[in-house]
Amino acid sequence: MNSGVSVENIRRNGALYVAESRIRQMSKWKGIITLVAVGNPLFYLVAIGIGIGILVTENSGTSGTGGVEYIVFIAPALLANTALLGAMDETVFPVMEGFKWRKMFYAINSTPITGPQIALGVFIAALVRVAFSVFLYWIFLVAFGVLSFQDSWMAMVVAMYGGAAFGALMMGVVAGVKKDDYFLTVLGRLVITPLFLFSGTFFPLTNMPIYLQPIGWISPLWHTTELGRYFGYGQEISGSMLSIHFLFLTAMLVAGIKIANIRFTNRLLK
Amino acid sequence: MPESLISARGLTKKFGDFTAVDGIDFDVAKGESFGLLGPNGAGKSTTMRIIAATSRRTSGTISILGRDPEEHGPQVRAHLGVVPQQDNLDTELTVTENLYIYGRYFGLSKKFVNKKVEELLAFAQLEEKKDVKVEALSGGMKRRLTIARALVSEPDILMLDEPTTGLDPQARHILWDRLFRLKEDGVTLIITTHFMDEAEQLCDRLVVMDKGKIMAEGSPAELIKEYSTREVLEVRFGSDRNKEVAPILREMCDRIEELPDRILLYVEDGELLLEAIAAKKLHPNTSLVRRSSLEDVFLRLTGRSLIE
Repeated sequence: MNSGVSVENIRRNGALYVAESRIRQMSKWKGIITLVAVGNPLFYLVAIGIGIGILVTENSGTSGTGGVEYIVFIAPALLANTALLGAMDETVFPVMEGFKWRKMFYAINSTPITGPQIALGVFIAALVRVAFSVFLYWIFLVAFGVLSFQDSWMAMVVAMYGGAAFGALMMGVVAGVKKDDYFLTVLGRLVITPLFLFSGTFFPLTNMPIYLQPIGWISPLWHTTELGRYFGYGQEISGSMLSIHFLFLTAMLVAGIKIANIRFTNRLLK
Repeated sequence: MPESLISARGLTKKFGDFTAVDGIDFDVAKGESFGLLGPNGAGKSTTMRIIAATSRRTSGTISILGRDPEEHGPQVRAHLGVVPQQDNLDTELTVTENLYIYGRYFGLSKKFVNKKVEELLAFAQLEEKKDVKVEALSGGMKRRLTIARALVSEPDILMLDEPTTGLDPQARHILWDRLFRLKEDGVTLIITTHFMDEAEQLCDRLVVMDKGKIMAEGSPAELIKEYSTREVLEVRFGSDRNKEVAPILREMCDRIEELPDRILLYVEDGELLLEAIAAKKLHPNTSLVRRSSLEDVFLRLTGRSLIE
């Protein structure tokens, strides 16, 4: 063994080595990642923010959106959505690839790196992508005059936090997927799309009939969006609801990482 | 007695009711090239995974460099270079990047890894492909890269699971040459294979495994000496006549194996036996005298062929 191999060093920094290689892999897709990060917000801002915004404002002014323009109302939701989708991309696909498609996690695990370190490394790299995408989006929102530069930066931070929570959960879930035949289709069409539509993204969740509101209550997108609206433009939210939003996302983050740790360990150690 | 790097006693691994490894004992000495020979499903890869600290044993003991791999997985794996049965390279990264990131997983400095990568590219004869994405490499090149990758940390033990399966003869010989160099450099090799020629080429000592058990142990020459004769005469009389002449031939040699297409006759002098057969006016359609191989040892021990 080379004298430079230090198990103690790997124990401390193993997750960072995994993150380093994940970022290297991601950099192969930097053009696409940047295009998605820039293009996606642009499309939504123009089509929904401006197009539908005019319709909403002409019909009901700002009474249905808590006293702010429609584009301002949806901006934190789109920011949160960018964070969650970025986190999903960088957890679902790497984990499927690592365990199933290209089995690279088994290669990493034949070094001193452990399953939980691989999970954490993938997670850290996902956060880098989330931070990059959310930051770009926020710059856009500020540049378009939708959010204020000084007063809304915390909306960017909570979006990243929501992305982290959702990414952790996705990592825990996907680590248990052995057959991917329908998983990605079901995830995309029956989980992500309803969450996007029923999480108070385009209208307040309370507009929905009460029996549909629970979809929002369990949605990390709704909790992240509500926090974003509070920090982004000062939407009124009670202290207890603020705590609930934070606690929900924190519970998701912790549970996701715990599940991922257990599943990564068991799946790699046959 | 040379220093023992690996020592297993009563090693057992069960998957539900199925026993993949059934109470095996073995030792591997420093600098030795040790082989696990057996057909698919014999328990070779499972044994390798237990050594590599990526599989929990059901019972028995195993020590690698004095450590239990189950309790000290990262410490044990720090000393190993693992070449799995199927290449699990990152096909989207280049040859150089694959070596680099793997070196980093061992916590090696960027400076060291960059230098080591150049050395390994030369070893694997992949210098011209250094900036090529792995997906564009041939099967033999990918295999050499996987072996080079396993060497990035300068491991004490290199574990190769079916290193040449799926490769064409030329690629196999290039790979054997590389492995032989490692052996000459004193690297301890553990190789699983179901190719007898590979085991004979590369292994100082091997165990023959079947159905999770060790059937025999020794150097290729010792095993052949103990379980077979010096030479083998292979005769073909045509599938109908094979059965007819077999009882006559049985009287003329030490041992006989009737395979679907040919009869194997185990003797010290094959040419002499062939002459005796001709003298009895039994004229085979084809005949071949060859020296005994590990395939014959396996046939003797299990009654079955290695590649079925």
